[in-house]
Amino acid sequence: MTGSLRRLAGLLGLAGLPVVVLGVFFVLPVSAMISLGIWPHGRFDLEPAWAALQRERTLRVLWFTVWAAGAATVLAVAVGVPTAHALHRLRLPGARVIRAVLMAPFVLPTVVVGVAFDQLLGADGPLAFLGWEGTPWAIIAAMVFFNLAVVVRTVGTAWESLDPRPAQAAAALGATPWQVFRIATWPALRGSVVSAATVVFLFCATAFGVVLVLGGMRHATVETEIYLLTTVLFDLPAAAALCLLQFLVVVLLLAVAQRARRGQVTGQRVLARPRSVRSGDLPAIAVALAGLALVLVPVGSLALRSFRVGDDWSLGNYRHLNAADDPAIPVTVLEALANSLRVAADATWMAVALGLLVALAVTRRSHNRVERRVRGLLDGLFMLPLGVSAVTLGFGFFIALDEPPLDLRDSPLLVPIAQALVALPLVVRILVPVLAGIDDRQRQAAAGLGASPLRRVLTVDLAVVWQPLLAATGFAYAVSLGEFGATSFLARSEHPTLPVLIFRLLGTPGAHHYGTAVAASVVLAAATALVMLAVERLRVPGVGGF
Amino acid sequence: MAMLEIDDLTVRYDDTSAVDGVSLRVERGEILAVLGPSGCGKSTLLRAVAGLEPPAAGCVRADGEDLARVPTHRRGFALMFQDGQLFNQKTVAGNVGYPLRIRRRPRAEVRDRVAELLELVGLSAYAERRPDSLSGGERQRVALARALAVEPRLLLLDEPLSALDAALRDRLAGELREILTAAGTTALLVTHDHEEAFAVADRMALMRAGRVVQSGTPADVWAAPVDAEAADFLGYDRVVRGDAAALLLRAAGRSGGGAVALRRSALEVDEHGPLAGRIVAFRSAPELLRLTVAVPGIGEIAAVARQAGVWAEVGAEVSLRVVPDRLAVLSH
Repeated sequence: MTGSLRRLAGLLGLAGLPVVVLGVFFVLPVSAMISLGIWPHGRFDLEPAWAALQRERTLRVLWFTVWAAGAATVLAVAVGVPTAHALHRLRLPGARVIRAVLMAPFVLPTVVVGVAFDQLLGADGPLAFLGWEGTPWAIIAAMVFFNLAVVVRTVGTAWESLDPRPAQAAAALGATPWQVFRIATWPALRGSVVSAATVVFLFCATAFGVVLVLGGMRHATVETEIYLLTTVLFDLPAAAALCLLQFLVVVLLLAVAQRARRGQVTGQRVLARPRSVRSGDLPAIAVALAGLALVLVPVGSLALRSFRVGDDWSLGNYRHLNAADDPAIPVTVLEALANSLRVAADATWMAVALGLLVALAVTRRSHNRVERRVRGLLDGLFMLPLGVSAVTLGFGFFIALDEPPLDLRDSPLLVPIAQALVALPLVVRILVPVLAGIDDRQRQAAAGLGASPLRRVLTVDLAVVWQPLLAATGFAYAVSLGEFGATSFLARSEHPTLPVLIFRLLGTPGAHHYGTAVAASVVLAAATALVMLAVERLRVPGVGGF
Repeated sequence: MAMLEIDDLTVRYDDTSAVDGVSLRVERGEILAVLGPSGCGKSTLLRAVAGLEPPAAGCVRADGEDLARVPTHRRGFALMFQDGQLFNQKTVAGNVGYPLRIRRRPRAEVRDRVAELLELVGLSAYAERRPDSLSGGERQRVALARALAVEPRLLLLDEPLSALDAALRDRLAGELREILTAAGTTALLVTHDHEEAFAVADRMALMRAGRVVQSGTPADVWAAPVDAEAADFLGYDRVVRGDAAALLLRAAGRSGGGAVALRRSALEVDEHGPLAGRIVAFRSAPELLRLTVAVPGIGEIAAVARQAGVWAEVGAEVSLRVVPDRLAVLSH
């Protein structure tokens, strides 16, 4: 019995640091935020929170969140599945490049996407004639733009590793292409589509930056409403009630995604060779091109707009990046960029170190039921930050970590820690499948040959995981660079990150500020795109897939 | 003192005992095979000896030292799996030299020892190859060379040849025994293949449902399986009891009764044989003819005809003799 206790102690030792970090910087702030709502005046009272949920505006916000996210999900799946087919199953010239381009929006900072769609659909924008400015359609279009990559990645990876033989067998038995799809392809693909749709809905329903930029006060989602209630109206019970509701829904959706994933084949992937294009593939190719346009047009238009000052072509906006000419904006864009790069670097090492520890802890072989339970629990625990909105987290930091012994409000590490928690689940999601795919007998063989536990990790795990680890590092860096939800609460006004500064520029009157915001968005987008290009070169399959 | 002593060892997974009160000894230089069907707990036993599975009760001693608090990598054993579990990112030489390098042996010594080991397993030309470019048999030889590199005091082999095809398995089993005895290696081998156990081991233990039901030299176990199930597992064709058993034993020139296990070749066509029966079915095998014969007092039973050119016909009468070393009297 002492043996199993020792093993359990070892497991907890490995997971100890991440658990403490998660406890202090996640559970504590979030529960502080929630207890504000349901524990006002020091005693348990659901009344104010319940009343807040029944307000007419709250109901409107809830309804808008659900239908906008739902519509965006349906559209993203409708465009994404044919696109996945075209890009992952067919031999198309340039498919690799197109895949990389489609992947880019996923890591584009939300603020940048907000600015891109704002200038595209706004009064002087190239697509002003659509009349979508300030309508839900602008928000939905931006959501689809963002999440197309998730669908294409997730479904495409599943599709390209699909064994083609059942489909060939069905065709040989006389099934039409449509029948083949229904009998052989769809059942094998359904899990990945459901999983992708769930995650897309989740991302849309908790979208913050784009909704704040494009919807303003009129079209609020739960996330922006929480922001509004806490920072402008100081109605904390109502905000906490929304946080709680959102948390429950998100956990439910994550569980659904987890179930959908369970059916998927893991382990060795068989890569089917892409086949040549037939006439029946043309609709899918057309949809893929439309998806490409959806991604390219806003980005291209943003880039062009950054060279316009008034009616002229000019580099003026870029010259402003280093100018501090308005007392309302005391920091230049370049200073904010430097700050962003620094903060993201800190956030990245934290997220990667913690993520690696967590991934190692949850993928070790379990010897009994207790260990298996503890591992399952840890695995779920570290997915929680995915489920809690960044705004909740940011606000929780704000109220929970401001008094001794945890007075971190002025600590330069506060923002990196918050960003690390946002990136942590993504890191864990990339590393866990890789580590779980290693045959544990490799470690046993190494142990049998005399390798110490540390040596086993170096010989067996690191040899397989170093590339995904590098990819996860890049991914975490890109996500941290663009993080806006939590950072908007925590960044001190004299040290804003670039997304925060862009948002502030947008809200400051003056045409040249708007131009500077557009140019800054281009710079930020270029920075994240560079990081992601490096990640893409590593060709790690799991990145950005769910 | 025995090199390895396993005393009353029990390993539990949750509520079930995978290994249930097993006691075994392996002398220095001896090869012990633990033979049993899949799921009988033999791999768990091996893993417990390796220190990969914590025992619920009992103890494992090596050279008299209790191993309870010694972690796997300090036990001085080596472990070899049925699929080798080579490190694919290292070359063949890198794999073989791995246990030496982690012990910080001088570079020249590692190089010489690796060359020596590769020669021993007949793979000298493969030093710089990647494991995934080798065939299954070659990978197993590399795994064996790697396991032998530091002259472990005990080599643990988990179905070392089971993943290979039959012809290769036969050849490698002989080689494995030669290499192990030449090196004087003490080894514990688990397998479900009785031929593998016979070909490699000095002694074997039959395991079933977590317990050792019989042990001894392969010849002893083979000659006297403990019960019908053991006989079946050792490749005996069928077990006959009562009068039929007595009849067969009399025909073999032995006395007694009870239960008798028969191999398929226990009865042979012989014109002077004491038993007579009628051919029910027959088919040709490469070197003999396999018959099913209906013998009064026994029933339908397998027999062989060895003489070249024996002519068989369904319904024909044949005489049979019993080959004494192809049947075994069961004690239960």
